Amino acid sequence: MNAYAIEIVRHGRIRRRRRWAAVTAALILLTLALCSAMLMLGNTIYPVRDVIAVLMGEEVKGAEFAVKTVRLPRMLAGLFAGFSFGAAGYVFQTMLRNPLANPNVIGITSGSSAAAVFCIIVLSSGRSATFAASVVAGLMTALLLYALARGRSFSIGRMVLVGIGIQAMSNSFISYLMLIGGEHQIPAAVRWLTGSLNGVKLADMPVLVFACLILTPVMAMLSRALSTLELGEQAAASLGVPTDRVRVTLVVSAVVLSAIATAITGPIASVAFLSGPIASRLAGIGRSNLIPAGLVGASLVLAADLTGQFAFSAKFPAGIVTALIGAPYLLYLLVRMNRRGEF
Amino acid sequence: MVRSRHMPKHFAPVLAATLALLFISVAASLMFGARSLTPQEVLDGLMMRDPGSYEASVLQKRVIRTLFGLICGAALGTAGVLLQAVTRNPLADPSILGINMGAALFVVCGIAFFQISSAHQFIWLALAGALLTAVFVFGIGSAGRGGATPLKLVLAGAATSAALTSLVTAVMIPRAFVMNHFRYWQVGSVGAGTWESLLLLLPFFLAGLAAAVMTAPALNAMAFGDEAASGLGVKTGTMRMAAAFAGVILCGATTAVAGPIAFVGLLATHVIRMILGADNRFLIPMSALAGAVILTASDVIGRLIARPGELEVGIVTAFVGAPLLIILAMKAKVRSL
Repeated sequence: MNAYAIEIVRHGRIRRRRRWAAVTAALILLTLALCSAMLMLGNTIYPVRDVIAVLMGEEVKGAEFAVKTVRLPRMLAGLFAGFSFGAAGYVFQTMLRNPLANPNVIGITSGSSAAAVFCIIVLSSGRSATFAASVVAGLMTALLLYALARGRSFSIGRMVLVGIGIQAMSNSFISYLMLIGGEHQIPAAVRWLTGSLNGVKLADMPVLVFACLILTPVMAMLSRALSTLELGEQAAASLGVPTDRVRVTLVVSAVVLSAIATAITGPIASVAFLSGPIASRLAGIGRSNLIPAGLVGASLVLAADLTGQFAFSAKFPAGIVTALIGAPYLLYLLVRMNRRGEF
Repeated sequence: MVRSRHMPKHFAPVLAATLALLFISVAASLMFGARSLTPQEVLDGLMMRDPGSYEASVLQKRVIRTLFGLICGAALGTAGVLLQAVTRNPLADPSILGINMGAALFVVCGIAFFQISSAHQFIWLALAGALLTAVFVFGIGSAGRGGATPLKLVLAGAATSAALTSLVTAVMIPRAFVMNHFRYWQVGSVGAGTWESLLLLLPFFLAGLAAAVMTAPALNAMAFGDEAASGLGVKTGTMRMAAAFAGVILCGATTAVAGPIAFVGLLATHVIRMILGADNRFLIPMSALAGAVILTASDVIGRLIARPGELEVGIVTAFVGAPLLIILAMKAKVRSL
């Protein structure tokens, strides 16, 4: 009997690992496919051969400008910003054990966005200063949010409400900045309020790529502890997880990652919020879904940008497309949480 | 001095203070702008001493704008009280519940897809949008155990509002050039007010205000619970419907002419309630006054901080009103959320 039970557990564990591996592999393939689509599609459609030739540094007439200067930065921004938002959102959602708790919904990315706009428009400061300000603002917003939401006892509901307030303030500040900066047109506004891949420059990318490459392993290493944290504070502490240190490191990494991404693309709506639940639904629970969530985020942004560019007669920025997907899901989630009485 | 039994404690001084603030903000609204006028020029203009002059024409625009702002503010302040009383939710506000954005979406769709261009048609579209959104948000917010708690309603409203905002943007982007001067349907502005829109808004405003004043005693009784109110002879269902309908009409009509303006109802109602207490008979007219002050003052601020351009009033009120939401969220007990 006992041996039988062990067998079942082991079997289940193997099955879950296989499912996780299969889903991750499929997501990698999907992301790669979307990346190549981003490079190939546009006003002129270039075959894979030409794209590869351009990327290898060969001179291909006509294709070079379109692929290298226009499409490559766009693709890289979608890939890495999407990954950052997805991974950061997953970390928050898992740590606070609530799908509503993610940098997007609770206003952290809008804080970063406001700081980035301030640097770009008012101070006309350089790239590194903008990134630094965006990161600092993200961390400050997170700190402020925690301080304000703690109240007599911490509650996610309170935090979300405070986050809605912070978001309203940041967004009106952004609108003000864009008005005095003389850039008050709809495209610019959409970029900093909703997020878009339009006008991304290749020179912006190295910082984001490095941040992803450094912080993702850190978060992945801690995600074992994170899945223990999912059992609850006390359980994790008694299993030997240094809960405070893990928590702080994770929050800082997630905020830094999403702040840098926000400084480039603006807060691409709903990605941080959608990726975690989608990844968990696909890959199953029980293993850390950090990498799958990041991949889902990247696929979402890339797919949204492709949809926005080609599916309609007008061009829509990626953030609008993701917002239109995310909002109904948010409503569905609220109805489900209400039904279960989770508030 | 014997205080009247029905009068709240500080009613007379508060009324005087509010009227003084109203006077100051109206005066400021007439004076300040891209080209500021001196008090003398304002008086000259109001007396029609020199109707053809540049100052007079500037002033004429500002008079319309100020009146427009006063009425919109009063309508939003009243709508805030009504929605808070009906939902028994201190966080209810036409903008937080997404109602303003619903009205805006309907108007924007009307312009974009049905080539509607007359303000008369906007207002009916906006009312339909406001009503549908209100029903929708309340439906989602009150699903499940415990009915519509403040948190559930606000989250449903915020999510709906986010969805509607992105829909509005999505409708507007391909038509950015056509829609550029209709941008106020995204943020809210009283700068676009004209005599026609003022006259159009007025009947809805008066009807909504009358309904609000008439339902006030019933709303007071209902604050003790529906059973107690029924025991006192109040037709709770009818009264709640009437009050909710009046609130939705007020904010829908305002949005039709001025775009979605956030947080005015929340701000006005809470400030007045904090000083005067929760008696709806006084809360309603005083919140209307306070709403008018807040909107007019915010409009002046928006004109001053972004000279020579101007910041839409909806952006200013969001910045001023959001901290109140944060404070209310901090003060609320977790269980009541």
